[in-house]
Amino acid sequence: MKINDVILRTVVKGVVFIILTLGVYLFFSGHNAPGGGFIGGLVLGSGIVLLYITYDLETVHRKMPFDFKKVAALGVLLATGSAIGAIFFDAPFLSQTDIYYTFPILGEKHLTTVTIFEAGVALTVIGTLVTIILSISEDE
Amino acid sequence: MESLMMILIGVLVTVGTYLVLSRNLIRVILGTAVLSHAVHLLILTMGGLKKGAVPLLSQSEGPFTDALPQALILTAIVISFATTAFLLVLAYRTYKTNGSDDLQELRGMSDE
Amino acid sequence: MTIEIAIILIPFIMAALIPLFNRRLQKSFIGWVVLVIPVSLFLILTTYIPRIAKGETFSHTYWWIPSFNINFTTYLDGLSLIFSLLITGVGSLVILYSIFYLSIKESLHHFYCYLLLFMGAMLGVVFSDNLMVLYAFWELTSVSSFLLIAFWHHRKASRAGARKSMTITVSGGVAMLVGFLMLYAMSGTLSIREIIGNVDEISEQTLFIPALVLVLLGAFTKSAQFPFHIWLPDAMEAPTPVSAYLHSATMVKAGIYLVARFTPVFGGEVVWFWAVTGVGLLTLFWGAFNAVRQSDLKAILAFSTVSQLGLIMSLLGLGSVAVHLGYSTSSVIYTQATFAALFHLINHSTFKGALFMMVGIVDHEIGTRDIRRLGGLMSILPFTFTIALIGCFSMAGLPPFNGFLSKEMFFAATVSITNLDIFSIASIGILVPVIAWIASVFTFIYCAIIVSKTFLGKIKPDILEKNPHEAPVGMLISPFILIGLVIAIFFFPNTLGAYILKPAMSSVYPTFPATAEMTPHIYAWHGFKPELFMTIGVILVGLLLYRYMKHWIKIYRLFPQKWTLNAIYERVITSSENISESITNRYMNGNLMHYFIYIYVSFVVIVAGTFLTLEAFSWTPSLDAPVENYELLLVFIMIFASCALIFAKSRITAVLLNGVLGYAIAFFFVIFRAPDLALTQLVVESVTTALYLICFKYLAELKPEKTSKRVKLSNGIISILVGSTVTLIGLAVINYEKFESISVYFEDSYKLAGGKNIVNTILGDFRAFDTMLEVVVLLIAGLGIYTLIKLKAAKKGDADT
Repeated sequence: MKINDVILRTVVKGVVFIILTLGVYLFFSGHNAPGGGFIGGLVLGSGIVLLYITYDLETVHRKMPFDFKKVAALGVLLATGSAIGAIFFDAPFLSQTDIYYTFPILGEKHLTTVTIFEAGVALTVIGTLVTIILSISEDE
Repeated sequence: MESLMMILIGVLVTVGTYLVLSRNLIRVILGTAVLSHAVHLLILTMGGLKKGAVPLLSQSEGPFTDALPQALILTAIVISFATTAFLLVLAYRTYKTNGSDDLQELRGMSDE
Repeated sequence: MTIEIAIILIPFIMAALIPLFNRRLQKSFIGWVVLVIPVSLFLILTTYIPRIAKGETFSHTYWWIPSFNINFTTYLDGLSLIFSLLITGVGSLVILYSIFYLSIKESLHHFYCYLLLFMGAMLGVVFSDNLMVLYAFWELTSVSSFLLIAFWHHRKASRAGARKSMTITVSGGVAMLVGFLMLYAMSGTLSIREIIGNVDEISEQTLFIPALVLVLLGAFTKSAQFPFHIWLPDAMEAPTPVSAYLHSATMVKAGIYLVARFTPVFGGEVVWFWAVTGVGLLTLFWGAFNAVRQSDLKAILAFSTVSQLGLIMSLLGLGSVAVHLGYSTSSVIYTQATFAALFHLINHSTFKGALFMMVGIVDHEIGTRDIRRLGGLMSILPFTFTIALIGCFSMAGLPPFNGFLSKEMFFAATVSITNLDIFSIASIGILVPVIAWIASVFTFIYCAIIVSKTFLGKIKPDILEKNPHEAPVGMLISPFILIGLVIAIFFFPNTLGAYILKPAMSSVYPTFPATAEMTPHIYAWHGFKPELFMTIGVILVGLLLYRYMKHWIKIYRLFPQKWTLNAIYERVITSSENISESITNRYMNGNLMHYFIYIYVSFVVIVAGTFLTLEAFSWTPSLDAPVENYELLLVFIMIFASCALIFAKSRITAVLLNGVLGYAIAFFFVIFRAPDLALTQLVVESVTTALYLICFKYLAELKPEKTSKRVKLSNGIISILVGSTVTLIGLAVINYEKFESISVYFEDSYKLAGGKNIVNTILGDFRAFDTMLEVVVLLIAGLGIYTLIKLKAAKKGDADT
């Protein structure tokens, strides 16, 4: 079954870009507005899955040569690592901290270690989501 | 509103339980999905409905709706997605290996 | 980060790194790389000796879960230092020995990985001040020991031995955990030092004796005390370096460490005195008695280790009497038993380590450890013979070796305890020196057996055929260093006493002033005292009994085979397996529907039953929020969709109806002010629906249920019961206002966690532990799916080729 998917592909090119941007936005806005690691990760992950559905596996893999299992594992490592890391700064396990720092051009920004933890969460969600969908579709 | 939600949750649990008790694998999986929907609504309703504003400090001064159930549900949604995916794959692997998706027929078939 | 925590962590880090450079490194180098770790740790630890000898202690707390009092508190004092020096010192020698002992064809990376894991865990045990951390490391040593015993896992005996040791030590460990929890309940702290500080308050409570017994169970199982010693001989299936390290020098001494560490807490109790002394003496005798009849060299050493551990244990028991008496010039003499225990602990590690390595060499060069097939090896393995001779002399308690000194002190302690008139020592106390003396006679006999049956006499012809020769120099270095120590300690025991044993004594007796009696001067010659006559008696009677062994060896056959401890253990294990199997088979009939029915029916009976009997139902609809029309519509849509789901004929319809439910819930999330949830629910629902559709490619279309009307009806009734139970409870609970909501706390999120989205701060800060574990669950689910799909592919590939 071969369907004519020119329209789909054209639309997806634009839409995926919007989805991924939205995902990144949701991820970073998470601490003060709706969003965060889970949602950001889910949106980013589904954007990537949409790419895989529209184009074939090889094409996408050439552009994004990641092993998504490892992405998920890296996410868990980041999350647990940021948790254990606190111990070495004489703070309880999983302590988080935040500072305000003035960057040269960007101006004053709010930096938190939660972002590292959340990045771990997001990466795990992306990795797991894509791994699940990909391994099912690769099954013969 | 809360009482109405509780009745809705009761219906969802009944449907979920009935589906889980059926013989077909897909129905069982759908049953777990319906059950988790019901549980999400249950946790949310437990925190009280329409008691305050969106739990964002930047949006208002409070009072806020209970944020804890929301955090719990957020975790639960993602986990139930993962388990549903796992169950689905388990189901179709079982079907492909044993040629049946009927739980009564599957009984004692695989090498226990 | 302090040095102490680095010492614990470095072995773990190295263990994690080994798989990384295993591929890049030549196999023969891996041992040398690993060797760097214990050697450098040992050198670092030696720098602590002078400071600890001055009475300093080192402690540092890393806050882990402060709200539960669980903190990673490292504490380094004299007692920990002895053990840590043994762990790293003997560890270095054992790794050096393993480099030559293990063939490079073995999976060396696994071996060294487990060994480092053990080393880190063991250091963790002796450095932890927090009971929970200590327990965690304690069990980790059991796990690494399990892995090492089963190193040659293709052999059935290895697996059985590993399982046995795991079963016994871990059950003891769990008992110990319960004991720790009791201590926590009594004292309100998990810190050992704080418990020691509050000992007066604790000792009057009713849980004190149960806690004591449970902690002792942990110590006795780990240190292979009678009747739990049966795992140690079976653990000899491990490679010999492992036996030398874990099962003689370090891990089995964890129990000794625990007893010494808890002497200030429990030491004053009569139960403690008799349990530790009695079990120790019994183990001392039983181990020595059984060692004589073994024919495998390693089995002799295993039973001898059991017996020597019993000796150290009984000394600690004798020494605990001083805690009961309190400090005075007359009671301080009894602390010398503890001093002897710590001294013998070091001595035992030196000579037993050397003997194990000696057996390893014999096994490696000759190919057998059976004394019935060995003999006359003196001329072939002269260096190995020297090791065996010195090691055995020391073990038998002969001069001029370190075993003589500690054995004499042991005799002295057993004799002096008979002068006391507490704990009913006056009536049965005389048994203490008697049993000690008899056990020492047997010790002498098996030492004689090791030396003479292996090295003296005629060489068996089948050994000569193989053209055996002396071991390579590399294998001899480690045992010779140990043998050197055996002799050196004999000539300079007081250096050891002043720098190593003295600070350890003040750890065991924190309330006692460090007087000269606490660290007695050790003399090789101290006049014609009872202990000297006891030693002479041991030698004379031992020689006589050894000479006429074939006349009395028959007594071993008097024990019925059926009632040996091993046979009982086997019977308990197999019968418990059988019983649980037959019970389980009765209700686990393979029918998923039945399992669900068990769960649902018990849910309804327990929850609804309690609810109705307590008449707890109360419903105040007046407190409800108002209902809008569109909400009503949404509720009806959901009810309709869910009911339609039951009757759906095609799977696409079913999935779409499920999607309707999901999206409707997302709407509810919007209405109920949960934007994060609404977003997540929308994305997840879309992805889930897509997932169903993808998986349907591999699944069959729904068929009408073949179940009978009766089953359908009963299922329907059960479902309605479950649903109404949930509704009833929900209605009763919803406006229940007895407890205040804890959520107000989280509303301070900006000040506490620096975030304005309360939900997100709960996930990332307040309850980040849940989130962290959830992420792990996600990964596991993802990997599970991946393996579920890929594993089969690999299997198919195998079948094709």
